[in-house]
Amino acid sequence: MAEGPRLSLHVPEPEVRPGGTPDFSKVPIPRAGSVARPPVDVDPRDIRDLAYSIIRVLDREGNAVGPWAGSLTDDELLEGLRHMMTLRAFDARMQIAQRQGKTSFYMQHMGEEAVSCAFRRALEPGDMNFPTYRQAGLLIAGGYPMVEMMNQIFSNAADPLKGRQLPIMYSSKEHGFFSISGNLGTQFVQAVGWAMASAISNDTKIAAGWIGDGSTAESDFHAALVFASTYRAPVILNIVNNQWAISTFQGIARGGSGTFAARGLGFGIPALRVDGNDYLAVHAVAKWAAERARKNLGSTLIEYVTYRVGAHSTSDDPSAYRPKEESEAWPLGDPVIRLKNHLIGKGVWSEERHRQAEAEVMDGVIAAQKEAESHGTLHSGGKPSVRDMFEGVYAEMPPHLRRQRQQAGV
Amino acid sequence: MPRMTMIEAIRSAMDVSMGRDGSVVVFGEDVGYFGGVFRATAGLQQKYGRNRCFDTPISELGIVGTAIGMAAYGLRPCVEVQFADYVYPAYDQIVSEAARLRYRSAGQFTCPIVIRMPTGGGIFGGQTHSQSPEALFTHVSGLKVVVPSNPRDAKGLLIAAIEDPDPVIFLEPKRLYNGPFDGHHEKPVTPWSKHPLGEVEDGQFSVPLGRAAIRREGADVTVLAYSTMVHVAEAAAADTGIDAEIIDLRTLLPLDLETIVASVEKTGRCVVVHEATLTSGFGAELAALVQEHCFFHLEAPVARVET
Repeated sequence: MAEGPRLSLHVPEPEVRPGGTPDFSKVPIPRAGSVARPPVDVDPRDIRDLAYSIIRVLDREGNAVGPWAGSLTDDELLEGLRHMMTLRAFDARMQIAQRQGKTSFYMQHMGEEAVSCAFRRALEPGDMNFPTYRQAGLLIAGGYPMVEMMNQIFSNAADPLKGRQLPIMYSSKEHGFFSISGNLGTQFVQAVGWAMASAISNDTKIAAGWIGDGSTAESDFHAALVFASTYRAPVILNIVNNQWAISTFQGIARGGSGTFAARGLGFGIPALRVDGNDYLAVHAVAKWAAERARKNLGSTLIEYVTYRVGAHSTSDDPSAYRPKEESEAWPLGDPVIRLKNHLIGKGVWSEERHRQAEAEVMDGVIAAQKEAESHGTLHSGGKPSVRDMFEGVYAEMPPHLRRQRQQAGV
Repeated sequence: MPRMTMIEAIRSAMDVSMGRDGSVVVFGEDVGYFGGVFRATAGLQQKYGRNRCFDTPISELGIVGTAIGMAAYGLRPCVEVQFADYVYPAYDQIVSEAARLRYRSAGQFTCPIVIRMPTGGGIFGGQTHSQSPEALFTHVSGLKVVVPSNPRDAKGLLIAAIEDPDPVIFLEPKRLYNGPFDGHHEKPVTPWSKHPLGEVEDGQFSVPLGRAAIRREGADVTVLAYSTMVHVAEAAAADTGIDAEIIDLRTLLPLDLETIVASVEKTGRCVVVHEATLTSGFGAELAALVQEHCFFHLEAPVARVET
């Protein structure tokens, strides 16, 4: 036998498990406004440090500070606040609807509302998102009707996807929202292909790919980065690092690389890390990346540092794998409260108007739900047609499916 | 009428399609400047430019994944996987994404892509350059699976595949690229230039997907074959004097059941021949369909032969 120590396997573990005291003291949080804003045509080699920092605009007092501030007007910010509040109210109602048996499944965004809501504001009509299951803010902020989302969630007679998809796996070509896949990571490389097609066609549209921290371990992520780098595809590659992949902490997918953003460095893709709970910072960074893509400078990799406050889905119980109080200890706070405080500080918003807006937003969600429920819910009322099960597999139904449909008697 | 090898016919199909439709793009490993390891795309980059015919990194997942995104945008990618044996890294993209996109988005997004790949044995490629994975694709709703056996069909079917609104797996029997190999290793292969199906029109024409062709009419037994086995079956009929009716399926999904049933009802016997592994091979589906649809005409059990 060889001389020397015996080998041992390293299996990373989070700092704290249930029963322990949450501790994020080892997560370095740079001061708001402290990270430089490079020109969009910067040489990626000159901004390698941005992959290890966190771009932040809102400071502890709610002021917008530093070179990334000022990308949105007050009115736009007020609208953004309303989008996030709407998404939160939507989540709350659908979470209850799932408990009431009106849908089989739901996934909420609690804590991550700023990421998709603010990002959506950086895109133009005709651009295409390739989202995961936790970017419904792209639809809400894009003006997609909530009732359509609920019809899909309830798999009812008006479900635009005819009951074929798991609840919340929306699709809207018109709203730049590609059909969500249940197989994680697959859409990341498709976004690159869509962007390449736009470039091949000498178009002006750009694409945005989305992936979670856990799914960056899929081969699709690496293929996406290679192709994006090689062909300088006009695509924004978004990693939402919400710390948890169901029960698996982000260290399992991240390994020894330090940050997820740093994965872009070896591909020569500019990599930015941003405070995902800071609506202003998310928008500013998305706008920077969109400008780069539109100027034919290629892709940008963005890591949104955020925290999944709720369960992974209605089928998950996070108290089994992380301390219940962990979300309260999360150092980047609540995106809705942070934007609210910023707007109050600017004198364009108040606690009273916020409470009033909460009620208005909830009324809108309830009205949409009432309308959606009139088309049916999972176990009552209208359903998609069974005949539809055989439709739309191909542009034209081939003889074998026609025979099978006849055998099914529909 | 011009004469073409199968490779020339396949190249001509892409050439004609790219010339007619600006949304057709061709890419894959070694496909661009060099023109492909089997030369199927030779000259296309020079003719249509690097934007429409280009080399890719060695990532079948990346090739198919980006093709799906391009199709969602509105292009018609016709991509090459260098050997069918290499397609497995792209399998998730094909099965979970390309095949289901139309269905799961209720028609909002579609996936008109063609994935070409050389298939089958006979070139001394060992176990990683000889596989016949067609059954892995015929099991997947939403895909079409095409396997030509001669230059004329190869061109007509590939043009039809590129024009098709849904994803098509296009398997090219590489043993047939340069001539109709019939199983006789001891004899030189006749070149396509001396074979009637080596006559291929220069311009646009298509052979419809989902339609079989009767290669030899016969009365005693129906032989269901595709790919290289069509020529092997023809040689076997000639060698033995058995009056076999040989059907070249050409498209496995959707299948031309009508032609198969009419033939088996006439002959009363059926032999299925393919190169792929016997167990759970496409022959199992054919045997099951024949007994379901022709049971009272059968004079013997359906036989399966794998080579």
